[in-house]
Amino acid sequence: MTAISTTTPVVEVTPAARPATYVLSKGEKRFIGLQLLVAVAALSIGSLFGPLQALEFSGLTIGGRDIYALFQPLLASYYQGLTLHGVLNALIWTTFFITGFFNLTVTYGLRRPLAMPKLNWLGFIVMTVGLLTAAVPILLNEASVLYTFYPPLQASWAFYVGLVFVVVGSWIQGYGFYITYYRWRKDNPDVRTPLMAFGSLITMVMWQISTLGIAVEILTQLLPWSLNLLPGVDPQLDRTYFWFTGHPLVYFWLLPAYVSWYAMLPKQAGGKLFSDSLARFSFWMFLVLSTPLGFHHQFTDPGVPTIWKTIHAVLTYAVAFPSLLTAFTVVASLEYAGRQRGGKGLLGWIPKLPWRDVSVTPQILAGVLFIFGGIGGITNASYNINLVVHNTSWVPGHFHLTVASATTLSFMGIAYWLVPHLTHRTLWAPKLALAQAWIWFIGMVIFSNGMHTLGLLGAPRRTPLGIAPYVPANWEPRLLQTAIGGSILFLGAYLFITILVVTVLRKPAPAAAVPEIPEAQSIQDPQLTPQWLDRWAPWLTIAILLIILVYGPNLLYQITNMQNTSPGFRLW
Amino acid sequence: MTTPTPQNPEPSVHIDPYERGWMVAAILMLVVFAIAVAIASYSLGIQLPAPEARVDPNTITTSGPFANPGLRELAPGRYEAYIVAHGQGWYFNPREISVPAGSEVTFYVTSADVQHGFKLEGTNVNMMIIPGQVSTLTRRFDKPGEYHWVCHEYCGTGHAAMYGTLTVTP
Repeated sequence: MTAISTTTPVVEVTPAARPATYVLSKGEKRFIGLQLLVAVAALSIGSLFGPLQALEFSGLTIGGRDIYALFQPLLASYYQGLTLHGVLNALIWTTFFITGFFNLTVTYGLRRPLAMPKLNWLGFIVMTVGLLTAAVPILLNEASVLYTFYPPLQASWAFYVGLVFVVVGSWIQGYGFYITYYRWRKDNPDVRTPLMAFGSLITMVMWQISTLGIAVEILTQLLPWSLNLLPGVDPQLDRTYFWFTGHPLVYFWLLPAYVSWYAMLPKQAGGKLFSDSLARFSFWMFLVLSTPLGFHHQFTDPGVPTIWKTIHAVLTYAVAFPSLLTAFTVVASLEYAGRQRGGKGLLGWIPKLPWRDVSVTPQILAGVLFIFGGIGGITNASYNINLVVHNTSWVPGHFHLTVASATTLSFMGIAYWLVPHLTHRTLWAPKLALAQAWIWFIGMVIFSNGMHTLGLLGAPRRTPLGIAPYVPANWEPRLLQTAIGGSILFLGAYLFITILVVTVLRKPAPAAAVPEIPEAQSIQDPQLTPQWLDRWAPWLTIAILLIILVYGPNLLYQITNMQNTSPGFRLW
Repeated sequence: MTTPTPQNPEPSVHIDPYERGWMVAAILMLVVFAIAVAIASYSLGIQLPAPEARVDPNTITTSGPFANPGLRELAPGRYEAYIVAHGQGWYFNPREISVPAGSEVTFYVTSADVQHGFKLEGTNVNMMIIPGQVSTLTRRFDKPGEYHWVCHEYCGTGHAAMYGTLTVTP
């Protein structure tokens, strides 16, 4: 790939009249910071349960008692802890970080304030009210249904209402972004949407289409049922609704990291974005392909015909393509950066990357872990190969490489410049922050390898294997490995939180010492990207048509044959 | 749109030759995977669970084929195993079945209450057990030994204790 700089024509057109920068107002910084605060608070509580679960795997007992006995009555069971871990880390940490981050990418990308900041405030308040509403029943052990909340395990109505509020609040923030974008477009009809705003807007639209699944599930089934207005639900139909949202949820976590990898990381690494057109093409492919593939989570469901499972399997392979494209573009951008920094030879650019940069290193490590997340993802999607791994500990092993690595480790790297930027501080203990990223990386390699291997050996997920009666001897070393990895991750999480807290508590720093918002330029001027890669109508139309085509028939069948025969159960 | 000039060229998607090669390789790889999976499912017959029957979970233990769960011999070497997963008490009924080596067993499994899972160790028998639905897969057992099936979906605090045993006798 030494030929990059020579084969790529560096063409510049007259730059559009775009301000060189945009300074976030105090109010804007406070609003973004507040959303990050909720996100980090959720992570600080959610992460408490990770090591408990991992240590439980090793069969650890204290004084002959299960470790969970120590925490009663504060924590009723493994499953109350697992619900808190999943809901707070996978749903709340991510969603609040993402909406906060998007306030920045939309505002800074478009170089203008939000059109209706009060609307975004309303969205944030609705999200927060939802979080508190859902937290009460979870903390009272009235909603130990895990973050997939499969019926007929029945949580308190407040749990379902809370989740709806979190989702609807995020939609409202999305509307705030769309109105801002619409006004910007009217003022700038011929300008390519700045990439960081472009990726963020597509992610929000994808999220709004796909969350219709759980919105319908909760509003037509679970909520009325939990309020005794509906005698029963149809669990198979509800799984289908859930996974309509469940897989795109993964992309909702992932795409904000891609926004950073494409639109920020190349600049931070000292280079430029390798291909603006293909970056945009990838985002459109995610909009089109993220939703119509949810049945690949239901390969072993009895109520879904194999023809639909086959079609969704093929579409899941298709959505791997934009991620493979991303892998190329991001690595090529990093290579370009490494060569700009004096890297020579085939791989000589790698050591030249700014490995001492507290924001770059976590994001590169996140990308490395995500390679394995992607390989596992293709395995999961592979129709009958899924029989080997479905609902084994392989699956949490896999998604800790996606949501807890590609997403979370990237967000950590982003936070290391973003929090100082928002609070006018310098980061406390940058060397420790750098070590934190490596600790997370190493902990994840150990943990995830253990979980994947256990899965291949047949260990079920969501099971306190320390007390399971059927554990064969060959699982034991891997259970211990998982416990060690999980404990290292816990250390990594709390180092991250500590660094942020101490940073915020420091004295304000001089403006020159505070990190700026990194915005990568692309090698080729974005104005040379064809207009069809910056138009919504064709892509939205394809996305909706494809969903109707591959979800419509079976969903319609399941709805018209609905049998609401399952009453609620509370078996915890 | 102004006329393209060297200073103002026509927009187009520029793809680097390396990137083009990568894209082609990525597509080829995914196509090869798809072919491999197709061969495994249609030629080797490794199938996924498919719609079998709808049942009423409230009456499952009193009427229909699940009222008397257990093993039934259809013909020499061919069996049906009807199994009910119970979340209230966290057990499979029956907990144990036994077949001679060389038998082919078709599992029919449903739930009396909440969602469960059914994974038979060392095999491709892996099914979600969903109230209102019957899950089925068939498998031949040639090697004598004890095989555990475990519940792999959260079904309440006793989930970790929920498993059963298939004994293949010589």
